Amino acid sequence: MDARRGFLLADAAEIARRAAPIVRLRNFTRRFGANTIIDKLDLDIAQGEFIALLGRSGSGKTTLLRTLAGLDDSRGQDVTVPTARAVVFQDARLMPWKKVWRNVTLGLRGRDTRGRAERALNEVGLGHRLDAWPLTLSGGEAQRTALARALAREPQLLLLDEPFAALDALTRIRMHELVLSLWRAHNPAVLLVTHDVDEAIALADRVLVLDQGRIVGEERIDAPRGERDGIARDLRETLLNWLGVKPGPAGEGNGVVRLAAARP
Amino acid sequence: MATIAPNAGIAPAADRQRTFRLPTLRAGRWFSPILLLLLWELASRTGLIPERTLAAPSTVIGTLVGMIVSGELPSNLLVSFGRAFVGLAIGLVVGIVLALIAGLSRKGEVAIDPLMQIKRTIPVVALSPLLIVWFGIGETTKITLIAFAAVFPVYINLYSGIRAVDARLIDAGRSFGLSRLELIWHVILPGALPSLLVGLRFSLSVAIIVLVIAEQINASAGLGYLINNARDFMRTDIIVVCLMVYALLGLAADWLVRAIESRALAWRPSIVEQ
Repeated sequence: MDARRGFLLADAAEIARRAAPIVRLRNFTRRFGANTIIDKLDLDIAQGEFIALLGRSGSGKTTLLRTLAGLDDSRGQDVTVPTARAVVFQDARLMPWKKVWRNVTLGLRGRDTRGRAERALNEVGLGHRLDAWPLTLSGGEAQRTALARALAREPQLLLLDEPFAALDALTRIRMHELVLSLWRAHNPAVLLVTHDVDEAIALADRVLVLDQGRIVGEERIDAPRGERDGIARDLRETLLNWLGVKPGPAGEGNGVVRLAAARP
Repeated sequence: MATIAPNAGIAPAADRQRTFRLPTLRAGRWFSPILLLLLWELASRTGLIPERTLAAPSTVIGTLVGMIVSGELPSNLLVSFGRAFVGLAIGLVVGIVLALIAGLSRKGEVAIDPLMQIKRTIPVVALSPLLIVWFGIGETTKITLIAFAAVFPVYINLYSGIRAVDARLIDAGRSFGLSRLELIWHVILPGALPSLLVGLRFSLSVAIIVLVIAEQINASAGLGYLINNARDFMRTDIIVVCLMVYALLGLAADWLVRAIESRALAWRPSIVEQ
């Protein structure tokens, strides 16, 4: 029964993937004055797909994310994004003058917004901090609140803008697991913007590398999460190459690979 | 019992040291003002300070009680309070509205801010001759002076508070689909509220200062009238009573803003509590 369901689900995902993507950019260009930030970019994101977007600072990651989030005007361009979308930023960006649950319901329409906030906060393990002030939360708690705020919108597209960068290593690993379990439960398409090659390998279905406003590399990862240690080393090298990072001396390289392998 | 007592005895001892020290220091703060009062009283009684120069504290208290009982002080205080309140209310409303217009739109900023900066350079009190020519020496002049003075602090603080709201929070609000009005209500105004309260505090104290000055202009009632009368009859005791009342007005204004702050800014983790 379970296997059958799993099979059906995989099938459905495959069909959806072949069907119209929920995000579609064609020949998308963005300039600020004389600077071309995004240069004739094509991008498709299928429903429920988990994508990691790697890029150096200034590669256009943030601009691309702001476009997908609807924060930058993209009129006159061939851009399709779902209206149900939500962003989690690197800093949690909670309104300090609103209690945690009010932050989660910010901008939510409809009835029983508190109930929806409560369910979302329970999902991220913060059911007990409903009435707390944001400034009393730890960094991890604030980021989980931001996740709950995004979830409560039932997004088709979840945009994560380096959401783990400011967290300590232990909290980051827990957040990885939390994001994966939420993604499995709600199945939004996820675009994770990150600096961290290992994070991208551990989480994504597909890794894109952005450089000077163009996608310079793309790698699909079919191995299930948690069983990627075998391919991590080669993949890492490929991705770093695209990022323009020359592999370091052997000793250093090994050290980093061992760290990557140590991840669950 | 015996086993508990030594343990129980240690902690309170440490506590006692703390609780004892603070009150003594705090009580110490009262020492110098009381000493000053005593010296003042002594100097008055011995004739070192003549009554016409400065009344003795005991005389001042007697006068205060007398003025309260006769109703002279409450009725005049009410007049002064009314002036300050009306002037302040007009000034605050105008200041807040102008700050909202200038803070929330670029066009509003271009239209309003230069005028406010020009206004800032004119000392309010210097306007009184012009106001007297326009409105005479009645209530209108006094209230206008107070309102005019109270506009600026609240304007400049709210305006800069609105402009200083974290752009990242505004972005976050927009990404959650807030409309412009919702952004203003949920993000911009709460973010600017601490600045507004700072402005309110300044406006209140300026209003009281200008009240004192405005009341020197031929008042027929109010604290200023009492002081002017007392000057003519060299009643230094009444003058001192009125000074005390002005000081109390200032204290009350400060207390009011603190009370508003502790409610409106409950989300700020206070340093004291940590």
